Amino acid sequence: MNPMNRLELYTEMVRIRQYESRILQEYHGDKAPAWDIGAGLIPGEMHLSAGQEPAAVGVCAHLKKGDAITAPHRPHHFALAHGVDMNAMTAEIYGRTTGLCKGKGGHMHLFDPENHFSCSGIIAQGYPVACGQALAMKRRGTDNVAIAVAGEGAANQGAFHESLNLAAVWNLPVVFVIEDNDWAISVPRSDSTATTSNADRAAGYGIPGVRVENNDVEAVFEAAGAAVDRARAGEGPSLIEVHTLRLWGHFEGDAQAYRTDLETVDERDPIPRYAQALLASGDLVEEQVQQIAEAADAEVDAAIQFSLNSPIPAAEDALLHVFA
Amino acid sequence: MTATETPTRRITTAKAMAEAIGLEMRADPDVFVMGEDVGAYGGIFGSTTDLFAEFGADRVIDTPISETGFIGAGIGAAVEGLRPVVELMFVDFYGVCMDQISNHMAKIHYESGGAVKVPMVLMAATGAGYSDAAQHSQCLWGTFAHLPGMKVVVPSNPYDAKGLMASAIRDDNPVIFLFHKGAQGLVWMEKNPRSIAHVPEEAFTVPIGEAAIAREGSDVTIVTLSLSVQHSLDVAEELEGEGISVEIVDLRSLVPLDRQTVLDSVAKTGKLLVVDEDYKSFGLTGEIAAIVAETDPTMLKKPVKRLAVPDVPIPYARSLEYGILPTRERIAAAVKDLMA
Repeated sequence: MNPMNRLELYTEMVRIRQYESRILQEYHGDKAPAWDIGAGLIPGEMHLSAGQEPAAVGVCAHLKKGDAITAPHRPHHFALAHGVDMNAMTAEIYGRTTGLCKGKGGHMHLFDPENHFSCSGIIAQGYPVACGQALAMKRRGTDNVAIAVAGEGAANQGAFHESLNLAAVWNLPVVFVIEDNDWAISVPRSDSTATTSNADRAAGYGIPGVRVENNDVEAVFEAAGAAVDRARAGEGPSLIEVHTLRLWGHFEGDAQAYRTDLETVDERDPIPRYAQALLASGDLVEEQVQQIAEAADAEVDAAIQFSLNSPIPAAEDALLHVFA
Repeated sequence: MTATETPTRRITTAKAMAEAIGLEMRADPDVFVMGEDVGAYGGIFGSTTDLFAEFGADRVIDTPISETGFIGAGIGAAVEGLRPVVELMFVDFYGVCMDQISNHMAKIHYESGGAVKVPMVLMAATGAGYSDAAQHSQCLWGTFAHLPGMKVVVPSNPYDAKGLMASAIRDDNPVIFLFHKGAQGLVWMEKNPRSIAHVPEEAFTVPIGEAAIAREGSDVTIVTLSLSVQHSLDVAEELEGEGISVEIVDLRSLVPLDRQTVLDSVAKTGKLLVVDEDYKSFGLTGEIAAIVAETDPTMLKKPVKRLAVPDVPIPYARSLEYGILPTRERIAAAVKDLMA
């Protein structure tokens, strides 16, 4: 297992948060009319990952070149933590020719083959694809691993169960990650899921299952380290459920009238809490807090400038890339 | 054998498919097969005959009955650069895995702006005629052809099956390879004798996207595919005796579709019958008619005729099933109508 570097975990979480905060601002900044999600420089649905940084950062700290991730509709934190280029990702979100997908994918369909990163807007359907990536890694004799990420709502999909079974029966190097943010859009997990921990479902497939409580990046790091090591060693798949937090709406524009836990959301924000812990332990000193945020802001500023300066695709390019 | 005879190797369509897969597997270690009962069984419809014995369980992989799982795994392996040949046992089972097929396999290359290729073959058995009823008898090629991002090939005979399979495996795109059970040459199902034919032993390709003139003629064009090509050839031979010259266009590929061969034939004969074992409405027969109408409707001396399954599920009882299939009798009657 990689040694844990608390400052790096914190810095990466802040980097992601500053990114999502800025996208939030830019997304709403020019919507006219304000209710029209198709308007503005960043059009379409936008699912931001604020609050869920510990899952991505704790897992990705263990990944190396050649490791793959399939992420769901809320992908930015995993993309950034896995090393996807911020400029190309942001340009894709702005629908520019310099984007990862030349403007064809958008924020729910980011593909970065160099980092073996992809995401899908269809719930749980990245799980089978990750199994196939793991199958390819195994066939080629590498010690790479595939990480399949989905929300807790995805654990009731057939694709989730088919994938766990397939990975177990073929002993594939996959780590299945469930981000339990308590809400499947508006439906609380208690109304949708027959078990209190999706990690228990791993037992049905004879693989290890761990639930990490409290959105704790260090606990995610420990659990993911064990699962990644196991996969690299050829010992097969694992399931990790991270009890995390959806700090904002399901998508931008979601008024969250259904949400019964809004009052306590801010106090559960994992980043200030982790900052306090690291300041107390001496892993972080006060002046670094601002420096880290400013460095992240500068990187995000540059990515947004890069995107705004990039060309908009020509309409006729819509006809390209159906086939190789 | 006398000295003047040429030794001719005759094999079934099923064996031709398996042979093509085996040749590609020998040539390229990245090619592998997976699906339900593709291993020791050799594929329920023979598409992987003898491959398991040669390549073993590592490259001819029996899967759980878990189509979303293993088709998705095929996609994942393909994006990592392998060349999986995945079998969906009956095309009718598409309902349990269509998200992987349509939203993932077919869209990833486009969504990624060309950055990610999915070099994968998804083969499936199609077709009716043996009382397997509504959930095991459909063709559905029109459904796949309608959705962008998949090449769709539909061979009618052993030679094309072998050549198209080789092309499909070598293609950098996802290719849906739909074979008709009644054209596989299976010993346990009634078959047209055209399902067993000479096929060269060595590797060769049939290009995807090129139709074939299965028979030349001058009076009527039949545009068709799959088992209906065999039926149409039978009908054409029969009608020749009545002085009717039928030209048969075997589409072989639906995506990409060889429009020019269709148009050239219709320009020559002026009469068009489209025969399709898929459902009639919103499908292949209408598409071919539209291509002619958009290009030059005046090339038709008579209105287009369409013979397809009349928008009902495939029924079980023999009398009912043959009540709706494009049989030789119906093809012959439609040709004669056009000649009247």
